[in-house]
Amino acid sequence: MQLTIKEVEHVAKLAQLKLTDQEKEKFTKQLSSILDYVKQLDEVDTKNIKPINQIIGLRNITRKDEINKKETEKLLQCAPNVEERYIKIPSVF
Amino acid sequence: MNLNELTIKQAHEGLVKKNFSSVELTQACLDQIKKTDKKIHSFILITKKEALEQAKKVDKKIAQNEQIKVLEGIPAGIKDLLCAEGIKTTACSKILENFIPPYDCTVIKKLKENGLIILGKQNCDEFAMGSSTENSAFGPTCNPWDLERVPGGTSGGPAAAVAANESIYSIGTDTGGSIRQPTAFCGIIGLKPTYGRVSRSGIIAYVSSFEQTGPITKTVEDAAIVLNAIAGNDKLDSTTSPKDVPDYTLNLNKDIKGIKIGLPREFFEQKELDPKIKESIYEALKVFEKLGAKIEEMSLPMTKYAIAAYYIIAKAEASANLARYDAIRYGEIKNQKLVLSEVEGSKIKNLSDYYLTARESGFGDEVKRSIMMGTYTLSAGYYDAYYLKATKIRTLIKQEYDKAFEKYDALICPVSPILPFKIGEKVEDPLTMYLVDAFTAPVNLAGLPSLTVPCGKIKMEKRAKEYIIGNGESLPTAFQIIGKHFDEETILRVGHNYEKAKKTQK
Repeated sequence: MQLTIKEVEHVAKLAQLKLTDQEKEKFTKQLSSILDYVKQLDEVDTKNIKPINQIIGLRNITRKDEINKKETEKLLQCAPNVEERYIKIPSVF
Repeated sequence: MNLNELTIKQAHEGLVKKNFSSVELTQACLDQIKKTDKKIHSFILITKKEALEQAKKVDKKIAQNEQIKVLEGIPAGIKDLLCAEGIKTTACSKILENFIPPYDCTVIKKLKENGLIILGKQNCDEFAMGSSTENSAFGPTCNPWDLERVPGGTSGGPAAAVAANESIYSIGTDTGGSIRQPTAFCGIIGLKPTYGRVSRSGIIAYVSSFEQTGPITKTVEDAAIVLNAIAGNDKLDSTTSPKDVPDYTLNLNKDIKGIKIGLPREFFEQKELDPKIKESIYEALKVFEKLGAKIEEMSLPMTKYAIAAYYIIAKAEASANLARYDAIRYGEIKNQKLVLSEVEGSKIKNLSDYYLTARESGFGDEVKRSIMMGTYTLSAGYYDAYYLKATKIRTLIKQEYDKAFEKYDALICPVSPILPFKIGEKVEDPLTMYLVDAFTAPVNLAGLPSLTVPCGKIKMEKRAKEYIIGNGESLPTAFQIIGKHFDEETILRVGHNYEKAKKTQK
């Protein structure tokens, strides 16, 4: 499976990644070869097989969503740009 | 014997008998780190002051004849993927270079309740993506048996540190072999518990449906001791099992007469497997036969599809898990101060520019490749062909193991198809690096527990130029014992029996 540079650019956009021309070329080649390799899964008949995501079979485990006020200040300290307890970001557009 | 060479069990006995203090024990490890870690580079952060302070507290307790827990006062290293309150935690990535977590992950919390002394944070592949610790943003770790070779990965730092007697034990994580393969490469013990046995809360996520945290130790008994401390249900991790936690040390010495061990043919017959590794495992099997185990060849035909399914699922989950790194609520961006002041010449005009700059400068090569791969396979039109297909293959792999465990108590197979390779040898070709995980990744797909046990040394063709342990002539080899879901007890018992038998053999 041969990816094109254009497809790689599209995926990079979806993933919010800025790639250099060199990276685009490299990833196009490398991702193509990885996709070639994983294509072998097509040999396996998976008709009527259910997908699995939770391997030990747990379902619908919930807990209360409690606010831990003690952590708020500490969490704010992790942010690189804070003004008057607001996290500052550049303008959206 | 130097204090830093002791096992957890021996160190605990020495502390209780007041043969030495926790400060002396901790200092011995710190001295060893000072002596050897410039060359090995297991640690990316050493918390000397905190470690000695903590040790003093334990010594005070001992002096007052208070009872101490088995892990109390024992110094350990922690893979830099586990958040520890007030201690820089980076996942060995530039984007988290100065991140100081405001809380402890559940595993560290539990270990602290058991008297943990943190020596420091240990090196790993960036966000645990890799198989050699070469992907760390802070430079690779070297294998103490031959400094030109990799220690394995992604828990290369934790494994190399224990092998080189820098820490009494380490805590690693295993997504596709990241505890088992480096411990095999370094000649020590590593346990990946059943998925859901140990909490993932507060541990930086790569593949949430595969990952488990586990002990890296010098003996099987030590692994059982550490598992006792960290296993159990956690309300902060809804994927932890509510099953009771047994005392994993209790049945270690029970014999293994009549136990049924399967040898999956597909692992032993794979053409990439180094014949010397194969031979070393067949030697080890003779010991099991003597111990009365029933050993039989069996088949797991889906094995050949495991790596493909593993990497589709892994990279898909990675792309989702790493979407959160935008350097807004936490994290690093180059010239952060400049970015938001409306300084002239700043290239960042809006939020999207900010994301792109943060992620461009913050992520390394393999991380970008992973995000690209995962985003592609999850994107419109490809989801069914890749991700859904892989999760169906996962079902088939699990069913195959379920069936095998109706008949066998444990499976024994190689950990890695190859011996520790040279640093730089495989970095150019990601696919060959992925194939190193061929024997470990299937276990994560099935969520099973598995234990790495060393089984001797293999002579190298050329002598190592420089080494810290061994004689520079050979490299360690190992096998893994795979168990049923939540049956860590059996694999630990099987491993412990082997270790004991080997000791008396010598």
